[in-house]
Amino acid sequence: MNEGSKKTIRTLCFAVLGMFTFSFALVPLYNVFCEVTGLNGKIELRATNVKNIEIDNGRDVSVQFVSHNNEEMPWTFKPSEDNIQIKTGKYHTATFYVKNTTNKKMVAQAIPSVAPSNAAAHLKKLECFCFEQQELAPGEEALLPVRLIFDDELPSSINSVVLSYTIFDVTDYNDVEFTQHHNDDHHAGHEMEPSI
Amino acid sequence: MSAVIESHNHDDHHHGPTKGLTRWLYTTNHKDIGSLYLWFSFAMFLIGGAMALVIRAELFQPGMQIVEPEFYNQMLTLHGLIMVFGAVMPAFVGLANWLVPMMVGAPDMALPRMNNLSFWILPFAFLVLLSSLFMEGGAPNFGWTFYAPLSTTYAPPSVTFFIFSVHIMGASSIMGSINVIVTIMNMRAPGMTLMKMPLFVWSWLITAYLLIAVMPVLAGAVTMMLMDIHFGTSFFNAAGGGDPVLFQHIFWFFGHPEVYIMILPAFGIASHIIETFSRKQLFGYASMVWAMASIAILSFVVWAHHMFTVGLPLAAELFFMWATMLIAVPTGVKVFNWVTTMFKGSITYETPMLFAIAFVVLFTIGGFSGLMLAITPADFQYHDTYFVVAHFHYVLVPGSIFSIMAAVYYWIPKWTGNMYDERLGKLHFWLSFIGVNVTFFPQHWIGLAGMPRRIPDYALQFADWNMISSVGAFLFGASQILFLFIVLKTVMGGKKATPEVWEGSRGLEWTVESPAPYHTFTTPPKVN
Ligand code: HEM
Ligand SMILES: [Cu+2]
Repeated sequence: MNEGSKKTIRTLCFAVLGMFTFSFALVPLYNVFCEVTGLNGKIELRATNVKNIEIDNGRDVSVQFVSHNNEEMPWTFKPSEDNIQIKTGKYHTATFYVKNTTNKKMVAQAIPSVAPSNAAAHLKKLECFCFEQQELAPGEEALLPVRLIFDDELPSSINSVVLSYTIFDVTDYNDVEFTQHHNDDHHAGHEMEPSI
Repeated sequence: MSAVIESHNHDDHHHGPTKGLTRWLYTTNHKDIGSLYLWFSFAMFLIGGAMALVIRAELFQPGMQIVEPEFYNQMLTLHGLIMVFGAVMPAFVGLANWLVPMMVGAPDMALPRMNNLSFWILPFAFLVLLSSLFMEGGAPNFGWTFYAPLSTTYAPPSVTFFIFSVHIMGASSIMGSINVIVTIMNMRAPGMTLMKMPLFVWSWLITAYLLIAVMPVLAGAVTMMLMDIHFGTSFFNAAGGGDPVLFQHIFWFFGHPEVYIMILPAFGIASHIIETFSRKQLFGYASMVWAMASIAILSFVVWAHHMFTVGLPLAAELFFMWATMLIAVPTGVKVFNWVTTMFKGSITYETPMLFAIAFVVLFTIGGFSGLMLAITPADFQYHDTYFVVAHFHYVLVPGSIFSIMAAVYYWIPKWTGNMYDERLGKLHFWLSFIGVNVTFFPQHWIGLAGMPRRIPDYALQFADWNMISSVGAFLFGASQILFLFIVLKTVMGGKKATPEVWEGSRGLEWTVESPAPYHTFTTPPKVN
């Protein structure tokens, strides 16, 4: 075989490996793209370190909370209030009620989503129960807090935002690390967890 | 294109094929491997076709009569996978094996042993896939697009074997494309510049690059599925921070170029046949090359037209709509070229020409329904209905499959040394032509009227057209048995073919005898 053929083969093999790698690179690229643009209603699953975001003369935004149970997730899961009025640039804490209605210990993970999606980039959370998994004993209940703020750049066309959480049963996945966006040194969620 | 063969004496070739079955197992000859690919593809075409007939039999009437819904879904999935990866793609690889070395004046493919390997792993891959029918939980049932989480969380256990077989198919395609590219880039006869290459060679060069670019992405997608299923990762599992929509992006990043992989070689074939039977030179060779290249490039930036309804932002919906419509421009250039080549030509209508003309007309219908689907707001209505089924069957059956049949009729005298039976060939054409239209045209209407795809039962108002569609399907299926008969008859005997076979045929393959000797162009021909 001549040199030219060998060179072509080498180049093509690199291209194949490169494209295989690229397919995996699509995963972080996709997440970064969604986070940066706020497309897909994705928000970061970690506390944003926001300073100087608080302002006094913000405008009114209505926030609706929605809760879903994924598949057959048996827990009771609902927002304490369905609808709140807040001002941009002001922190607000909302809570969600959960109860493990089964007689075995279970672990859950809540995944948030924001609509309209272009509000996602302007919704910051100082703490959220969705930052980590929730473990509840049989029959145990809890009030889970989320502390959020809208920055002042929220597009003026948006007066109402839906913040929805889907709760997943991850008991069986529990030994597996929850990797994608998890921030290990953030534990604020637990301090606020009142038992009622 | 004219060529001079320096040595026409083929008695001094060292050896012909070895005898017996091992000839086929160990062969590294591009013609043998081409035949293996073509026969394998035909077997898959019949198996996948039988599955389609199970589907059409169930849909003959509303209500459930023949199969369980679970089994229906398995038939649907295997039908799609077998037709795409087992019938269409291997048929084109088989044609490339037979024709590319002869067309560029090379003695064989560049990597003959790898050529043998890339074929022989294919039957193995499909054996694995088909064996899943007998496994617990049945065969894959999530559609040929295997969207997560249907193919992960909710998949039958056989999904692991499905993943394994897709990996093997991918490896086979990648090896095949490397072979094609190396052959074309490095083994052309002296004087054959890139812009003198026959269009079939051009179409395969571009197809091979597409395959190199996207088959690894498909491999990546199924690898991620495998990890989600067995190693607890969460690429597509929302509970672990993954995203099922990401699966669709990765799949269609492979999937849309894949549909062009299944049509570009057809463009090459149609160009040759129309040119020969119109007895004119192709209207615009260079524009054909550029059109194919721009279609290939554009095919990487339109994937989300399969995902208009997943909740894309407005900007993305608009971008993918316009980008998709842009593809209609180079496609239009090609259709214009074919029509202009025929215009005022002294056309004769032998079987290959009939298939090629039907290809142009019916593929264009498929292109038009594609344009309708590309209109984002309209797609919200059409998506996941039988309209989509009608669209892609028009581009794939009278598109890709007709082009393959046209190619077989056109080149089989060169392969076997015998002419096929023209009367039977025409009969086969007309039965297929009627069958295909009776099957798929009504699906446009029931689709627009709202019949969803991938269901085993349907509402009463769709009953009439479904019945007609099923009748057409059985007609089309039966006429392929005739095709098998015609091919076998030609292999066994028939009127002897001349070297040039067709009056005024152009290209190096027509300068060697019919049947083409086992080894051709061991000394490269000169191309003027
Ligand atoms: C002018 C050219 C084309 C246009 C504008 C076009 C457009 C589209 C669009 C928008 C869809 C998505 C419909 C939906 O799911 O709602 C689609 C589906 C499809 N197209 Fe095309 N297309 C074109 C050519 C082709 C060709 C050449 C092929 C193959 C040879 C092809 C094969 C398919 C297949 C297989 C699907 C269905 C995929 C699935 O959901 O299983 N298309 N096309
Ligand atoms: Cu597409």
